Amino acid sequence: MLRRHRKPDALQGTLDLLVLKTLSCGPHHGYGIAADIQSISDDILRVEEGSLYPALHRMEHLGWITAEWQMTENNRRARLYKLTRAGQRRLDEEQLKWDRLMKAVGKVLRFA
Amino acid sequence: MGWLRRLSGSFTRTGHDFDDEARFHIDARTDEYVQDGMDPDEARQAALRRFGSTTVTKERTQDADMFKWIHDLRRDTGYALRMLWRSPGFSFLAILCLTLGIGANAAVFSWIEGILLRPYPLVVDQDRLFAVTGTNRGAPGNSDVSWPDWLELQRNSTRVEAFIGEKITGSTLSIGDRAERASGSMVSANYFDAIGVHPILGRGFEPGEDSGRNAHPVTVISYQIWQERFRGDPAVIGKTQVLAGLPHTIVGVMPNGFYGTFVGYAFQFWVPVSMQAQFDAGVYKLEDRGSRWIEGYVRLKPGVTIEQAQAELSGIAARLETDYPDTNRGRGIRLWPLWQTPFNNAGALLPTLGISLVVVLSVLLIACANVGNLLLVRAFARQQEMTIRLSVGAGRGRLVKQLLTEGLMLSMFAAAGGFVVANWLRNALALLTPPRGGVLLRLPGELDWRVLALCAGVCLASTLLFALVPAVLTSNIDLAGALRSESGGVVGSRSRAWVRSTLVLVQVSLSFVLLVGAGLLIKSLQAVRSASPGFSTEGVLATGVDLFTAGYDPQRAKNVQDELVDRLQAIGGVESAAFARMTPFSYRTYSTAPIAVDGYDAPPDQQPTADYNEIGPGYLSTMGIPLVAGREFTRADNETAQLVAIVDETAAAQFWRGADPVGRRVQVRGRWMQIVGLARTAKYRNLIETPRPFLYVPLRQNFSATTALLIRTAQGPAALRPALVREIHALDPNVAPSELITMREQVDRTTAAQRISVTILVVFGGLALVLAAIGLYGVMAATVAQSTRELALRMALGANASDLLRLVLSKGLALTAGGIVLGLIAAFQATRLLGYLLYKVGPRDPLAFGSAFVVIALASFIACVVPAWRATRTDPLRALRG
Repeated sequence: MLRRHRKPDALQGTLDLLVLKTLSCGPHHGYGIAADIQSISDDILRVEEGSLYPALHRMEHLGWITAEWQMTENNRRARLYKLTRAGQRRLDEEQLKWDRLMKAVGKVLRFA
Repeated sequence: MGWLRRLSGSFTRTGHDFDDEARFHIDARTDEYVQDGMDPDEARQAALRRFGSTTVTKERTQDADMFKWIHDLRRDTGYALRMLWRSPGFSFLAILCLTLGIGANAAVFSWIEGILLRPYPLVVDQDRLFAVTGTNRGAPGNSDVSWPDWLELQRNSTRVEAFIGEKITGSTLSIGDRAERASGSMVSANYFDAIGVHPILGRGFEPGEDSGRNAHPVTVISYQIWQERFRGDPAVIGKTQVLAGLPHTIVGVMPNGFYGTFVGYAFQFWVPVSMQAQFDAGVYKLEDRGSRWIEGYVRLKPGVTIEQAQAELSGIAARLETDYPDTNRGRGIRLWPLWQTPFNNAGALLPTLGISLVVVLSVLLIACANVGNLLLVRAFARQQEMTIRLSVGAGRGRLVKQLLTEGLMLSMFAAAGGFVVANWLRNALALLTPPRGGVLLRLPGELDWRVLALCAGVCLASTLLFALVPAVLTSNIDLAGALRSESGGVVGSRSRAWVRSTLVLVQVSLSFVLLVGAGLLIKSLQAVRSASPGFSTEGVLATGVDLFTAGYDPQRAKNVQDELVDRLQAIGGVESAAFARMTPFSYRTYSTAPIAVDGYDAPPDQQPTADYNEIGPGYLSTMGIPLVAGREFTRADNETAQLVAIVDETAAAQFWRGADPVGRRVQVRGRWMQIVGLARTAKYRNLIETPRPFLYVPLRQNFSATTALLIRTAQGPAALRPALVREIHALDPNVAPSELITMREQVDRTTAAQRISVTILVVFGGLALVLAAIGLYGVMAATVAQSTRELALRMALGANASDLLRLVLSKGLALTAGGIVLGLIAAFQATRLLGYLLYKVGPRDPLAFGSAFVVIALASFIACVVPAWRATRTDPLRALRG
């Protein structure tokens, strides 16, 4: 599988985590994902479009998310991404890892 | 077809998809900014800036897509290779079937490319080249074109870029101490420039070298002669070479790989047409509008269609008709695509190659059906694997893609093998064609990129044919059903059985058609062989004696001819001997002339013509052509006596309407001749020609020193040859006879097209039969294997061995019967394609159909009887328990 060939670096892993988490609240299109991340993080995290779309397509091929064309309420064609079961599992794993990492970093910071 | 969409999507769709996606993103962002109070234009600009470079993002997105596709492909390929490796028997059989199918196709494609489509290596722009012949209103067939007409066409045409005039000729070449016959060509001076092939040494012909009687004894030689005879001597230019008895100055050497522009022969030398008289035994035709001998090509200007050029040339020909009614009444000009060229072997091989194409495509279909069947058998064995993969969530599309990849692997291996086969077969046509007096034959297959591309296409198409159906069927597994036991089938009731049966039906019917075709052609060849040409084929030998190139003047030649006949007739075992300008059925062309007959009025726009042979005394009796009335020529019919002629029955029927022509007169080329004999109509050029009026005139009164010599004797050529050479050398040690062969051999050489077709159809028909039998066997064997439980049950319930035998056999033979019925319907339609290759055999000949039926029935019986016998060996106890 793809995992074997490409070791996800920390930043990319973070983007995947953010996207998967956003999608776990329900299907969304690329713009919506970016906007959600930005507003929820109080404008601190700004997702670059140049990274977002390649990541979406990659995750689609990995089977974590699926995509479908749909009309939005103001009658535009948008590509809606939806979390799959494999994606949900992935999200849980990543979230666990992230929590562990944050805890570890926090400990080190407090200790120092 | 999810995988297809996804596959193509990887390359095309995502591009658009991404554009749409990006547009939506930017639109949404613009809306956001407008809501924040920005002016719409400004908002759009800001949104675009924010998005960044769409191109870069698009590329990176597509990279993600492409990576996935390549990754899948690599995984599928690796997996397919492992699967093929795991069942080597299956893989070998499948690849072998496909190799034969693809190889046969590649070979025929390469022949069609090398002989019909791009026959002339190194010649540029062959797609704008067209062959030119003359036509004669009211007479079938084609004629050549006279040189004056050729020049008029050239002068008046605006749509033709170049007129490339030539005529095949030959000469004896002495290479070292042996003499060889070499074929060459008389060409117009623009020849080498017009075909775009330039000498590697020296020059081509210069303007003006194609005019004047024997005025320019110069020659351009082939690379092969240069190497063999002159050992690649760079100083060969300016040396002389004797051709047709006259020293010619060598002015150029052609590049390696150039063989001239005549399908069938590799030319060794070229001379300008001005040397025509020298090569035609002194008969000067260059200024004679009535002598039609040029066989040429035109290269059309770019953008001109053959119809436009034809219209223009026909217009010029019509003008020539009114300007020169004596020679040109009824004469037209016709253009031909190269692959239909009537004056070389392209036209003769066209139907053969057409049939070959149909045959090899059928063989490929049969091979595909076989491999499809094998894949189905294996699919059955892999049902568990597929079921597991499906139940753990693989998409059906993925499975189909996987199976197609396996199919593609098979056909790629087969294609590689097929090219090896095609490469072996490149010269098969030349080997099947009888040699003609040592002249270099050239009928090559050409494996160029077009052939490769076509084969790749065939390969892909056949993969889809043989792999798609099994793949779809396999992936379409009823999961619940598959979990049940898999050995509980009943004969003929398996879900996939009908597909396999259909494949066998197709195979049997196709093989039936091929066998019928083979039967028809064999019967036709026999009919051709046993057809009487109207002269004796047994006990007559033919050779040639060329006194003209040996330097004889006509008077001395006449004396030597007479003396040689006397000497030969004195040899024990020789009944008679006679000279003639031409041996029937040889590749030379008869003299032809406009004729006039008292009391016969041709339609005003037609000019009656007849071919004639110039013959010596005793020719008709030597050849065994019966005289119906009158007498043969004698030595008294010489140049001082009254001009005489003998006509054949076809001429008598046409010009004298059945009345006895003996004692009347006929005008040939403006000279009135007294008719002294009526000969039975014979065949003159080949066995399947339609009869046309034919005349004989005395050789003495229409002299040629280049002649054929016919000898009636019970001896074979090998036995007579020493005596013949001895007698000729007694007269002149410098004269040698050409090849001495029987008239049977001479006749057989004209049936090459039929024989090649027969060979190809028999070989491939047999191959098809074997493949179909294997297919039938496979289906029956699988049926038996899958229904052991049912068979065992029947046995346990009291069925005996013969019941089971009958059960299995009847299923197999029912398939055969169905296939034969389909084949019968197809064959009724298809055999008409054989066209002129069928001689005295109807396309629905009952014998051919009957024998095809018997052969197929026998083959399928054998294919069914083994599995049926195995069925009777079923051990009921073990089968029911297992």
